[in-house]
Amino acid sequence: MKLPVYLGLLHTSEGTLADSFRQVSEGHGDEPDIHFICQSLAAQCDQHQEALAPVIRRYGEVADDDEPERLHADGLEDTRTGPVGLLRDLQDLYLLASLVDITWTMIKQAAQGLRDEELLAVVTACDGQTSTQLKWLKTRMKQAAPQALLVAE
Amino acid sequence: MVDRIAEVWGTRTPYARHERWPVRVDQVLAEGVRESEVERWVQSACVLCSNGCGIDIAVKDGSMVGVRGRSADIVNHGRLGPKGLFASWQGVDNKDRLTRPLVRENGVLVESDWETAMERIVSRSKDLLDRKGPLSHGFYTSGQLFLEEYYAQAIVGKAGIGTPHMDGNTRLCTASAAAAMKESFGSDGQPGSYVDIDECDAMFLFGHNMAETQTVLWMRVLDRIAGRDRPRIVCVDPRETEVARHAEVHLRVRPGTNLALMHGLVRELFVNGWIDQEYIDQHTVNVDELRATVEPWTPDAVAETCGVDAGDVRRAAEIFGTSDRVLSTVLQGFYQSSQATASSCAVNNLHLLRGLLGKPGCGILQMNGQPTAQNNRECGADGDLSGFRNWENPEHVQELADLWKVDAAIIPHWAPPTHAMQIFRYVEQGSIEFLWISATNPAVSLPQLSRIRDILTADSLFLVVQDLYLTETAQYADVVLPAAAWGEKTGTFTNVNRTVHLSEKAVEPPGEARSDLDTFLDYSRRMGFTRLDGTPLLQWSGPEEAFTAWTECSRGRPCDYTGITYDTLRGGSGVPWPCNEEHPEGTVRLYGDGVFPTDPGYCESYGHDLLTGATVGPETYKANNPAGRAIFKTAPYHPAHETPDDEYPFRFTTGRTVYQFHTRTKTGRSPQLNGAAPDAWVEMSVSDAESYGLGEGDVVRVESRRGHITASVRVSGIRDGSIFAPFHYGYWDEEGEPHGRYRAANELTITEWDPVSKQPVLKNAAVRVETVADGVGQSMAPTTTASRPAGRGGRRRAVLPTIGGPAAQASETLAPVDPPAVATKEERS
Repeated sequence: MKLPVYLGLLHTSEGTLADSFRQVSEGHGDEPDIHFICQSLAAQCDQHQEALAPVIRRYGEVADDDEPERLHADGLEDTRTGPVGLLRDLQDLYLLASLVDITWTMIKQAAQGLRDEELLAVVTACDGQTSTQLKWLKTRMKQAAPQALLVAE
Repeated sequence: MVDRIAEVWGTRTPYARHERWPVRVDQVLAEGVRESEVERWVQSACVLCSNGCGIDIAVKDGSMVGVRGRSADIVNHGRLGPKGLFASWQGVDNKDRLTRPLVRENGVLVESDWETAMERIVSRSKDLLDRKGPLSHGFYTSGQLFLEEYYAQAIVGKAGIGTPHMDGNTRLCTASAAAAMKESFGSDGQPGSYVDIDECDAMFLFGHNMAETQTVLWMRVLDRIAGRDRPRIVCVDPRETEVARHAEVHLRVRPGTNLALMHGLVRELFVNGWIDQEYIDQHTVNVDELRATVEPWTPDAVAETCGVDAGDVRRAAEIFGTSDRVLSTVLQGFYQSSQATASSCAVNNLHLLRGLLGKPGCGILQMNGQPTAQNNRECGADGDLSGFRNWENPEHVQELADLWKVDAAIIPHWAPPTHAMQIFRYVEQGSIEFLWISATNPAVSLPQLSRIRDILTADSLFLVVQDLYLTETAQYADVVLPAAAWGEKTGTFTNVNRTVHLSEKAVEPPGEARSDLDTFLDYSRRMGFTRLDGTPLLQWSGPEEAFTAWTECSRGRPCDYTGITYDTLRGGSGVPWPCNEEHPEGTVRLYGDGVFPTDPGYCESYGHDLLTGATVGPETYKANNPAGRAIFKTAPYHPAHETPDDEYPFRFTTGRTVYQFHTRTKTGRSPQLNGAAPDAWVEMSVSDAESYGLGEGDVVRVESRRGHITASVRVSGIRDGSIFAPFHYGYWDEEGEPHGRYRAANELTITEWDPVSKQPVLKNAAVRVETVADGVGQSMAPTTTASRPAGRGGRRRAVLPTIGGPAAQASETLAPVDPPAVATKEERS
């Protein structure tokens, strides 16, 4: 059964996303909305990890497995500067959050197949927040893109 | 005669529930002018707050020499507040007025002429449009122009230039009111009416110091309190305001915790069954999400987070849950604080849970701060699409394109309009190089002033300022345009409860000052903005044509003005919209039928996630299928982003005093008002003052991570751990800049805004206090209102009461005529 592999992927990806939200929050502190909202969203990712913990304990952790390693995405190591840099960093967050979002979808499918009520409850509590994170990133990028791409120096 | 500085609310005229509020005509004339000498009384309405009181301007020898309230007006029944009485005319008829355009020459502003000034503006504007396009332009306007002026500006910005970078200082005053109504009801539009004060059993004032911000509305409440069947009052405010002193329950919350309290109140309604399940089933969606979100917020949890008594939370909820008719009002305590939109939506949720709206005495007043804020929102000078249209709805965009006879592609609709703080950020980054500021003073009113001053003085910026006076902001301008004031031009405006008034020109503007409408029309003409057929974009010759054009834009929308003309507004009273064929005399309350403007094809907004501000988008909105039902919107509570710590141990909050308005450009020039509140102060509680060894009048330095101010202390009834400072005081009467002594409250405030309404968080920051000097006299804080000295404790110093003396005498004529009835058949039946 590969579900534990994917639970591990989700857990790691939420952690990567949390770190990256924090990275962007700090790196773009001059954009107060991004600074504060990214902190809130990082905290959401932390909570998702905590919510997954009991399920992961139940299915067992996967140690070194070369297959899922290639599934992982790297987080943001540092942030760019300027309006276009902000746009690119938000775009990177969007990619990371998309990975989390679609992984939740697959975990939900598996949970339904298993009729695992506990896991389904975790999915229900978390996957809506992830899709809102994506919507926020999209909203903010749509706002920033014309200025960054057309008039910013 | 009554001293209306000492007696802010004047003489009581008690009345009982179901009775009409008696008339009291307030009048003041300039010293030495007798009533028989007044040559003309010119109809208008007051622009010194959002209440919209009908007012007549006294004219003698071509000058304004006084005012009186209009007895026939449904808003004020003849009354005026101190600001209307003393500042409306004295704040305008003044030797300091700008009378000629100014242009910057070799770094200095010098007097010029209109041709030179406008050509400088137009040449820079054209050059930037050629080189960088419309996103190089930003407009920051006001809540104090007239409807016709906003509509002109909206068309110039959206269909002439095509920039999304338009906003007003309404972002600071009323954006959360608009946002909360869009989220809950699908569109802006005030559900309630002032007449609900006459009918209610209970009133909840959420962060609304009505006694100081809307004095005439508070007179109406005081008169109900003084009469039979008085309403029960609940006040949510960290300060001991006049409202709090009349309240049965005063919830003295910690600044920044409103949403936790609201969750607790909503939860009590669920837990105790104080809900109307049939109304919820038929007229709302999303109740399950609301129920789940508030579930953790027991009264004890609220008490812990908000610093209030759990029993008071239960009592307040019981009053809301068991009174037959409840009226709620909301203002800056919610709008300028943490989680503003979610907290304001929670007020809507309370009423929706019980079905308490659209009926006599049952209403919501999501207040405005400024007199014409409503028109800015309607016309779209704040960036919204005109007529409460939805920027995400292509049909709405096309409607405007058809109306204005332009290509729909020029109208910015690809993303949300750029809010004020973001406009200033773009200026800071150098991508907006042309900023036109009209009738507002961001150098005093925006947060973190040292940053704002840097932005306004940036080399890359071409700054145009249009104002009555050389304000703190105007002094940084490249071109200053002298504007005609209230009483010097004709136009309409709309108050909190949708009542439209006409304000007629009474006197000529000084020197070469022009109406803002004329200036915008001139700019449009000089820029050569045209329709698709090549004819000029704006073809109006004056305000009445602009108004007629606006009524067409409003046709079929929630703010339908098609039944209103200048003539219908002349004489008598203002008229509340919607006013059309179906409602020829206007409409007192919205949503009596439980049908809300949430239909996807009709709504003004598809809404947002209240925690992040993510747009919901058309697909998700349609899937939720509101179809005329209201939407329960909520978000989890989170603590304010800057909370006290060891370094900055106090919560700082800012606000108003009854005697001043905004940055004092008008009230500071009224001797009566300025004498009552001439300088800044800071308020501390008795025990905080004691622990710092401070007493009345001692001088302190209050410092945040962003700046500091120095002011004298008033030991007041504010809650422990909080510091208050009034935001009115800038530097125009202190050589324009803070030479050594900082006193503007916004030196300290944080650059942060609500994720949905984008309203800045001006009421929550962390600060520390240091003693500078022992006081030599009392602080400058008024004694009549929330800044009244605490009655006990502290190092006491005798404090003289605030009085106005001989210059502040106004006449009050009690019940000269029967009270006006609201103007509709709905109310008479």
